[in-house]
Amino acid sequence: MDGLAAYVLRRLLFLPVTLLIVSFATFYITRWGPGDPISVYSGQYRDSEAFDRVREKYGLNDPYIQQYGVWLRDVVLHGDFGPSYRYRDRSMGEVLGPKIWVSVRLGLYAFILTFLIGIPVGIFAAVKQGTWLDPFAIGSFLLFQSIPVLVMVPMLVLAFAAKLHWLPAGGFDGLFSKSMIIPTVALTLPGIAGIARLARATMIGTLGEDFVRTARAKGLDEFTVVTQHVARNSLVPVMTTVVGLSLVGLIEGAFFTETLLGIPGIGRFVYESVQTQDYNIILMVVLMTTAAFVMANLLVDIALVIIDPRIRAGRPDSK
Amino acid sequence: MQHVRGESLTRRSLRRLLRRKLAVICLVVIAVFYAAGILAPVIAPYSYTSQNLDLSFDGPSLHHPLGTDRNGRDSLSRTIYAARTTVIVTAATFATGFVLLPVALGMIAGYRRGFTDALINRTGEILASLPGLPMLVLINSTMRPRFEHAVSWFEDVIHYHGLTSSGFADYFLIFGVLSLFGWVGGARLVRTQVLMLRGSEFILAAEASGASTRRILFQHILPNIMPLVIVGASASLGSIALSEIGLTFLGVGVRPPHPSFGALITDGAGRSVLENHPELLLVPAGVVASLIFAFNLLGDALNDVFTSKAQ
Repeated sequence: MDGLAAYVLRRLLFLPVTLLIVSFATFYITRWGPGDPISVYSGQYRDSEAFDRVREKYGLNDPYIQQYGVWLRDVVLHGDFGPSYRYRDRSMGEVLGPKIWVSVRLGLYAFILTFLIGIPVGIFAAVKQGTWLDPFAIGSFLLFQSIPVLVMVPMLVLAFAAKLHWLPAGGFDGLFSKSMIIPTVALTLPGIAGIARLARATMIGTLGEDFVRTARAKGLDEFTVVTQHVARNSLVPVMTTVVGLSLVGLIEGAFFTETLLGIPGIGRFVYESVQTQDYNIILMVVLMTTAAFVMANLLVDIALVIIDPRIRAGRPDSK
Repeated sequence: MQHVRGESLTRRSLRRLLRRKLAVICLVVIAVFYAAGILAPVIAPYSYTSQNLDLSFDGPSLHHPLGTDRNGRDSLSRTIYAARTTVIVTAATFATGFVLLPVALGMIAGYRRGFTDALINRTGEILASLPGLPMLVLINSTMRPRFEHAVSWFEDVIHYHGLTSSGFADYFLIFGVLSLFGWVGGARLVRTQVLMLRGSEFILAAEASGASTRRILFQHILPNIMPLVIVGASASLGSIALSEIGLTFLGVGVRPPHPSFGALITDGAGRSVLENHPELLLVPAGVVASLIFAFNLLGDALNDVFTSKAQ
């Protein structure tokens, strides 16, 4: 485990460096555009004296490098990511918390469903390998994978809200309401093919193993062989590998779903914050997602090594 | 130099690709789409801006086979011109961000090693750990004014003022940003290949016979890695096309009046349009879905025929 420990440590040590560089770059990019949050909120009719006073108060007249220094100092020393310009007198946590919570619940729903459907489909295709059912099962979900969320959501709204009037066309009223169905379906369907294909590939690999033949020779029925022997041995790596991948897909998908359906989640909020140049919110969210990505990838690597001793021999490759 | 005439990997793989029915269908779909995009000014019955407010939301007719939009613009023509946007953005991004940049950076990293290698690798790692879509939205929205300023200055210098009005400036910004984030995977692939090839006997032989670094890189290594790079990059074509559509949908991509599938979907997805004129959504949505489907299947097929060695 020595190699692994060193590897994990190296990756962990690199995380603050990554965050530092990312924050600096993001900081510059946000301030690069014309105008600033204050001019966005004061609109066209502004008292130039008051305008300057507010800018001065937030330190927006200082050189960029000095602004960055102040921001970094507050973050490191006080854990303070700066004020939101749009939601004054509210802390970053109060503003972001509920939005993140909405997105997390929505994402979790889709995430679990993707696995619940994807893995059985993969197992089914692997067992039916060589028959028309195998390419049919995978192919039909591949079709769904090719339909972008951006296309899927309006189509679902068209069919189930505009024409059939079964479901509401947007909004968010809780996890167990009808309004969750369209976003969940739109976020779930595209991810199934990826998991199913991976599950199928590893299942087929395992189906050829000696212990499977032994199990069959013992006279176990095929169902027990597949579920108890093959699936158990091949699906754990699938789960961990796909977690990172699905997370990326979900975050990107949430952007469009939330914007299209008017769901008050983090994806839509980031989009609004970019439009209104709410610097500190953008910075905070970018840093949070970056850290989450890096940590998720690292955890997947570690989990894979722990689960599969064969990888331990070589260095786990960073994704 | 003795030249052994045999079938190259590329030739053999392409021949096997053409034997697959599904892959050929995908190729045809993509070819039709690209032909429509390239020939847009010739085959589109109307201009993408020509309005006829008397015919607002006119259903399909002989004059307008796919009907018209809110402003009475011909849907068919808008769709064809939207294909042109996709063609330009995918072709430019593919060439720069997924072939040129990865090959150049990967070869430098793999051949130079040391500090340059570390620098390229770390930069790639950081870019790969960034949340893609939010960053694209952020960069596109803040860079646009500066970029437009630069373009109009450039227009003054060259005394040609069609860059912004033709939409070229938008395309350039989008494919530039997509390329900036796109090269990482390809560069890693190239670097590994270069490291592997460097140790192989034919490179040693070339070095021993006094070939220059440039000759080794371009004559010996490059031809060996190109097929892999192209195959890898072709798997990304769908996501390149989708990125442009997504950015335009979020309002930071191609701007009106220039048509893009992102804009067409935005127009078609509005509540009242959706209920009364679903064809305005169904046509662009169908075209986009079939294009992405074709791209994905073709990418799979290419990967199959190139990586499974024919024994």
